[in-house]
Amino acid sequence: MKSIAAFLLFWLCYLPLARAELVIEITEGAEGALPIAVVPFRWSGDPNHPPPQDVAAVIAADLHRSGYFDTLPRSKMKKKPATTAEVDFADWRALRQDNLVIGRIEPNGPGGYRVTFKLFDVYQARQLLGYVFTTTDRDLRALAHHIADLIFETLTGKRGAFATRIAYVVSEGSPEHPRISLRIADSDGYNDQVILTSSEPILSPAWSPDGRRLAYVSFEGGRPSIWIQEVFTGKRRRVTHFKGINGAPAWSPDGRFLAMTLSKDGNPDIYVMDLAHNRLRRVVKNPAIDTEPAWSPDGRSLVFTSDRGGSPQIYKIPVTGGRAERLTWENGYNARASWSPDGRLLTLITRVGGNYRIATLDPASGDLNVLTDGRLDESPSFAPNGAMIIYATRYRGKGVLAAVSTDGRVKQRLALKQGDVRDPVWSPYYE
Amino acid sequence: MQPNRRLLILSFLFTLLTLGGCSTTSEPETSGGAGTTPGTGGTVETGGTATGGGAETSAAQAGGQWSGSPLDDPSSPLYEKMFFFDFDSSEIRPEYIPTLRAHAEYLIAHPDQRVVIEGHCDERGSREYNMALGERRANAVRRFLEAEGVDPAQLETVSYGEEKPLDPRHNEEAWAVNRRAVLVYQ
Repeated sequence: MKSIAAFLLFWLCYLPLARAELVIEITEGAEGALPIAVVPFRWSGDPNHPPPQDVAAVIAADLHRSGYFDTLPRSKMKKKPATTAEVDFADWRALRQDNLVIGRIEPNGPGGYRVTFKLFDVYQARQLLGYVFTTTDRDLRALAHHIADLIFETLTGKRGAFATRIAYVVSEGSPEHPRISLRIADSDGYNDQVILTSSEPILSPAWSPDGRRLAYVSFEGGRPSIWIQEVFTGKRRRVTHFKGINGAPAWSPDGRFLAMTLSKDGNPDIYVMDLAHNRLRRVVKNPAIDTEPAWSPDGRSLVFTSDRGGSPQIYKIPVTGGRAERLTWENGYNARASWSPDGRLLTLITRVGGNYRIATLDPASGDLNVLTDGRLDESPSFAPNGAMIIYATRYRGKGVLAAVSTDGRVKQRLALKQGDVRDPVWSPYYE
Repeated sequence: MQPNRRLLILSFLFTLLTLGGCSTTSEPETSGGAGTTPGTGGTVETGGTATGGGAETSAAQAGGQWSGSPLDDPSSPLYEKMFFFDFDSSEIRPEYIPTLRAHAEYLIAHPDQRVVIEGHCDERGSREYNMALGERRANAVRRFLEAEGVDPAQLETVSYGEEKPLDPRHNEEAWAVNRRAVLVYQ
C-alpha cells in the first residue's frame, strides 16, 4: 500500500488539472455484464466546496468501459448509502444488483481528502473490500482509477488497467502548416498532455516496459529518426539516424533492447539494438519488406509484417534469428501485429473486403476474429491486462481513438475536440 | 484515374507549400509530462515555412519569355515532378517514362544537381508498412534514373509513407493523388 501511495504521489505531482479534452462515448454495450451499483460518495466537508472529481462517476465509467460490468444509473438508485449501517441489501437485490460500491470523502487538511470505500456482494450480504486512502485534490482522479482497479480485480480475477495511460499522435493545423504532437493521457482520455510538437511527421510511439520512456519516430529535419524520450522530464536522445527508413521501434520486455525497422542496407529489415551499447544486430534479412516488429512477452521471438509471400502477412522469428514462420493465412492484408500480455493472442490490422479492421489472431488455432467494423481502422494495441484493445479509426471525417474489448462485446470512442488523433498505444502498468 | 494537367499543376503548387514545411530544420519542442506543459496545450512550432526543397521555384518572368531554369518552366517536361502510382503498386506508369527520361537527361547534363526523391502512400493500412511502400516507390524512380545513366550520388530517397497526403480527403480520388513519388531538386 505504501508503494502505491508513493507511486500516486510521484505520478500525480506531474499532472496538471484535468482538462477533459478527450470525450469518451460508449458505442456498444455488453450483454451478460455483471450488474454493479456505484453509489455517489458522500462528501462530509463544506457543501459549497465539493471535491473536484466525482470519484464514484469515474469508477463507474471505468467499470462500464471495460465491458465486464453493467453499471446502475444513478436515477435508478432509491437510496444512497455511504456507510455499512445504511446499506439494506434487500434494496439492491430488488434492483438485481450483484455488487454494491459505497464510499465517503472527508476533508483532510488543505486540499487533502480521506476517501473510504467498500465493495459488497449483495446476495451474500458480505463485504468484499474496504479501504481508506488519504489523498489530495490532484490525486483524486487517479485514486478513483486505482479503486476501479481494485474492484475489477476482486470481481473478475483479472488485474485492472484503469490507472494506466495512453500515448497517441494528434495532427492539427492545415496541410501546408501541420502541427503534429505526441501526447499522453490517462487511459480514460483525461489529463491530455503534449510531450512533443513538430511541423514534421511523428509516428509509432512505443512505451518502455516501465512506462517512463517513449520511443518514437520523428521526421524533424525532413528525415526520419528514432528517438527515446523520458516522459516525465522531456529529456530525449536520438537513437538512430540512418539513411532510409528508421521506423517501428519496439521495446524488449526487459527494456534493454529496441527492435526496429531500418532500410540502411538497401531494403526494410528488422534490427535489434542493444540500448546500453548502441549495438545493432540484423534479425530479419530478406529482399521483401520486413517491418513492424513486436516482441513476444517472453522476449524470445518477434512477430513482424512481411510481403515476402506477395502480400503483407504476419511472421514470427526467434530473436536470435533463424527461419521465419508465417502466422496469418486468412485475408490478403495482415499487418502491425502485437501480442496480448499473456502471449496467447495477437492483435493486428486485417483487410476485409476493402476495409481495414482490427482483429485478434490465436496463433495456436489459427482463428482470426475481426472485432471492429470501420473502414480505416489501424494501430491496435492491447491494454496491459489484455482486456481491451485501443486503436485508431475514423468517425465523421476525423481521426479518433477507439477501444474494443478483446471479446469484441464493448466498444468506445475517444474523440478530441480538435485535430486528427491516431497511433494510440497503451502504457504498461506503473509498478 | 489519370489526373488532368491542371490538377497536376495545382497539386504541384500545393506540394511546394507542403515541401516548404518539410525542409524546416527547427527543433521540435519537447516537454515532460510535468506541469511545465502550458495548460492550453498550445505548444507552438515556429517557422513551418522555411524555404528549401522545391521552394526556390520562382514565378514566370514578365514578357512571356522563360528566363529561369527549365525545371520551373511550365512548358518544359521537367516541370512535372510528381508521378502517381496504382494501388499497392510501385511500378512506374508508362506515361511517365518520357518525363522521367527528360529528368534523367537534365541530371546527366548537370552533374552537380542533386535531387531528393520522395515516396508517398495513401492512408489505407498500417503506417509503418506504408513507410516501406513509399520507399519502394521512391526507389523505383531512383532505379529508373540510374538505369538512364544518372550518377547515384546525385540521388537521394526519402519515404514519408502516408504522413504527408497531397489531398487530405479520405476517398479514392484523394488516394489516387496521394500514392506518388516527387522529385525535389535541391
